[in-house]
Amino acid sequence: MPTLSESASKDLLRRFDFPLLDEREVSTPDQAVVAARELDKGNGVVAKLCGDRIAHKTERGLVRLGLRQPEAVFQAAESLLAAATADDGDVGVLIAPMLRGNRELIAGVALDPQFGKVVMFGIGGIFAEAIGDVVFRLAPISALDAQEMIEDIHAQTILGSFRGEPEIDRTKLVETLLALSAVSQLPEVVSVDINPLIVVDGKPIAVDALVEVR
Amino acid sequence: MVELSRSSEHLRALFDPAGVVVVGASTHPGKFGFVALHNILASGYQGSVFATNLEGETVLGVQTVPSIADLPPGPIDLAVICTPASTNQAILRACAARGIRAAFITSAGYGEAGEAGIEQQRVLIDLANELGVLVAGPNGQGLVSTPSKLCAQIVAPYPPAGNIGIASQSGNFVSSFQNWSVGSGIGVSRSVSAGNAAMVTVADYLAFYASDPATKVGLAYVEGIADGRAFANRIADVTRQMPLVLVKGGSTEGGQAAAASHTGALAANDRVFDGMCRQLGVSRARTVEEAFDAAAAFATQPLPHGPHVAVLTTAGGWGVVTSDAITEDPDLVLMPLPIDLRASIDTKLPPRWSRSNPVDLAGAETRDTIPEVMELMAAHPDVHAIVYLGIGIQSNQAKLTRAGGFFPDHGLDRIVAFHERQDARYAQAAHDLSVRYGKPILTATELAVADPSNPGPATVRATGRYCFPTANRAVTALGHLYRRSRFEQRRAGEQTR
Repeated sequence: MPTLSESASKDLLRRFDFPLLDEREVSTPDQAVVAARELDKGNGVVAKLCGDRIAHKTERGLVRLGLRQPEAVFQAAESLLAAATADDGDVGVLIAPMLRGNRELIAGVALDPQFGKVVMFGIGGIFAEAIGDVVFRLAPISALDAQEMIEDIHAQTILGSFRGEPEIDRTKLVETLLALSAVSQLPEVVSVDINPLIVVDGKPIAVDALVEVR
Repeated sequence: MVELSRSSEHLRALFDPAGVVVVGASTHPGKFGFVALHNILASGYQGSVFATNLEGETVLGVQTVPSIADLPPGPIDLAVICTPASTNQAILRACAARGIRAAFITSAGYGEAGEAGIEQQRVLIDLANELGVLVAGPNGQGLVSTPSKLCAQIVAPYPPAGNIGIASQSGNFVSSFQNWSVGSGIGVSRSVSAGNAAMVTVADYLAFYASDPATKVGLAYVEGIADGRAFANRIADVTRQMPLVLVKGGSTEGGQAAAASHTGALAANDRVFDGMCRQLGVSRARTVEEAFDAAAAFATQPLPHGPHVAVLTTAGGWGVVTSDAITEDPDLVLMPLPIDLRASIDTKLPPRWSRSNPVDLAGAETRDTIPEVMELMAAHPDVHAIVYLGIGIQSNQAKLTRAGGFFPDHGLDRIVAFHERQDARYAQAAHDLSVRYGKPILTATELAVADPSNPGPATVRATGRYCFPTANRAVTALGHLYRRSRFEQRRAGEQTR
């Protein structure tokens, strides 16, 4: 089944008020520099090659982190566009502010063969599958379901105040999961993968998102 | 027209029939057709009992006839069919002609038996739907219905009457649950082995139990679930009305391989299944004993209004291990002992008691201490539930004293009577205080199984309560009670929003 590009995935999520970075897709290195200047929140920006047929950006080296100077942004955009192959189809460069957050969560939607669409939430990041601290509910979910999903995570200490960062805003997290549930109810949506859902100042923000449609 | 699997009229015909016919009754005591008739006659069923047998022989005093069409007049609602699969279509037709609305088919050779069996099962169910005859099974062990004193199953035991409603995809689990029922005295209302569940599924039975006045709690075993959404929707109706304890086989990958070869149904993703249980308020148990413990707790204890557990124990070690179990439960709280409660217990005991939770009497109790301290704990508004340990110790010594060769001299007759009376008092106090204060008080001792005749556990049973075989099992069951209570509180709030 086809996947939407990262920016198209995020556009879809944004329609449901899913918390996302303010980011922009550009097509030239000059536009990238302008976008970076406007979006940088003090930690530099990220540049990623983006297209409908590009899924594994990290593995292909198509993500550049911590770009602070205009020259660095220009060069990164230039080399990313040059790295695109004919198989990638139409591509652009996604510019997003760099975030600082120690905690990474995961959220998603899947199509279970027995139970249909389900919403997932848990501890994210690169160890998400190895740790396996995730919970599911049948979609759509209620606010109470979302609250209980958060309660059901074993690593509750990660959700509290943690290494100098404030406690996670559970109300925002509930809203995030409800937005995901609403997305899951679109007939064309088959799966949604949001990993990491990074926690910045106690609030969840999706850094990466991939939506699969039928 | 309502589907037969949802027709309360047809399900009542199955569980509370005015009369029963055993089709294929056998004179051979080893055959299912004999055992089914025997168990119906032996359990005290009050309705008319008929039987068919090709030779028209007399079986267990019942004069059989060769076919259903030959049966004498009289009301019959249920046919218990113990014949080879190949004959069952004709039998169903005869049932319909006689006005029989429900059939339990024990025969194998259907959906569990390859392509040909699957086809035969499809044809059978199509025919049953056309005839308007509800079919339970096939390939099941039968059913029990204590309000009708009916034991229409091809296996033992016949459990005592009570309010647990059992439905299982595996007949052996029905027997396991019923064996726990017999052993503990916590009774059963209805019980059914769904077999291949070709027409009526476990969820259908549970939905019937939910509206059944005789049933207060559901207890179920499932393996694969063909249509998860349909299952979830039906289960949501059940848990709105009563607690439901559920064991799912095939939870692990190894278990799933075994399940595929068992009932032929597909096993669902366990994390999704677990999430569904949480969402719908299903009390999911990992083992048969955990499931029965939880069902017995639901059947006999009030729900706690909060997570705070206090432990009352006559010895230290039990209290420590029980505290660990409470702490390890994701939702229960080993409450700090309230200062005012500590002060009031101080008036009943010398200073060597623990002065914290667990309330460890440390051997300092006299004649009235345990009922009195238990009442102080139960009456305290911050205490939501009590686990009581140490019952039966005195009677255990009394038993040894009786057998020891010195009895009844040396004043032993008096001390033995005192010990036994005391344990009975403690059990009675746990029951009475639970009723008076509307809080669960769970009594646990291994004597419940090691020596069920001990006056401690025996009196717990006599009060209609379940004596837990270990403190850990009591705590696990209490966790289920609390989560159910929270589910009811939260969902009630959700509905009024």
